[in-house]
Amino acid sequence: MILQLSNYIIPFIILFVLLYGTYKRVPTYEKFVEGGKEGVTLAISLLPFLLGMIVSISIFRASGAMDAFVGLLTPLLTIIHVPPDIVPLALTRPISGTASLGIATDIIKTEGPDSYLGKLASTMQGSTDTTLYVLTVYFGAVGIKKMGDALKVGLIADFIGIIASLVICYLMFG
Amino acid sequence: MVHIIWVGMAAVGIVYAMFNGTIEEVNKVIFESANDAVFLTISLISILVFWLGLMRIAEEAGLLIKLAELFKPIFKRLFPDIPPDHPAMGYILSNFSANIFGLGNAATPLGIKAMNELKKLNNDQDDASRSMITLLALNTSSVTLIPTTIIAIRMQYDSIGPTDIVISTIFATIISTIGAILIDRYFYYRRKGRLEYDTSIE
Repeated sequence: MILQLSNYIIPFIILFVLLYGTYKRVPTYEKFVEGGKEGVTLAISLLPFLLGMIVSISIFRASGAMDAFVGLLTPLLTIIHVPPDIVPLALTRPISGTASLGIATDIIKTEGPDSYLGKLASTMQGSTDTTLYVLTVYFGAVGIKKMGDALKVGLIADFIGIIASLVICYLMFG
Repeated sequence: MVHIIWVGMAAVGIVYAMFNGTIEEVNKVIFESANDAVFLTISLISILVFWLGLMRIAEEAGLLIKLAELFKPIFKRLFPDIPPDHPAMGYILSNFSANIFGLGNAATPLGIKAMNELKKLNNDQDDASRSMITLLALNTSSVTLIPTTIIAIRMQYDSIGPTDIVISTIFATIISTIGAILIDRYFYYRRKGRLEYDTSIE
């Protein structure tokens, strides 16, 4: 039932936006092209970030070091139903969005997008944003020097997002 | 911090490979994975162009403003320090709506404008005010309706259900946002408690 609903969301949004835009007399096609150009820039600007991180994690994986690292954590993590392979992603998520996107991609590629790990990595990547990035950009831009509790609040929120992804995926796909 | 992880994985991997006898695999994977990343980026263009194009229509049609109106009552409670008709509130609401639509590029400048207004409200001091921390918490937990990039990646690797993760992502994002708000409140009352304690001694 829930999976069915997932399939309906995107076509519904597309239909709604197109009809509503037409109703509001927006020059839909022109605006679509205008916004689409941003998509090209965005994708290309992701390239160096993705490439750097994917190469690095591929080295880590191909050398066998990742298996050794994951092997160390396995006994502890299986008790609490956490797949050890997700740990690198969970650790990187709060630090860098593009870096964690690279790691999520690696998991999706090696484990398959429809595997449990692939779905978990997808959910985890989509569910929180990068605290350090947001903090640097937002506070940096307006010159806030004393961050107060902001970093703590952001990191704990990320932690909750990661736990939430684990629990929800376990309930939905596990 | 990302530097350490990036260098760490590559360096540990290469050194480990030297002792583990997997240096050949590592050699091969360096160029293969770089190639993969290029193809992946190109395949990302398709969905990002489509989605950002569609969202531009939504923006022009005034859907972002509609959504902002919907959330206004909640945000008045979330940001009690901001006068109701202050421009900061408008920017915060637009920032939140843009995030929901997955318009990260549009959300960031709006968020920065909101921060600027909040700084003025805080008499231009260089420390973070209560509202600033709340806004930050909202942005780091990022309520996103459609995780476009990740759907594109799933499609690229032949998923039979690339959008299967939409519902799970929405649940997870709602929980992390509620969590962020509660934690923000907790830390605020803790600070306030301390302050009152200090002044009562004086």
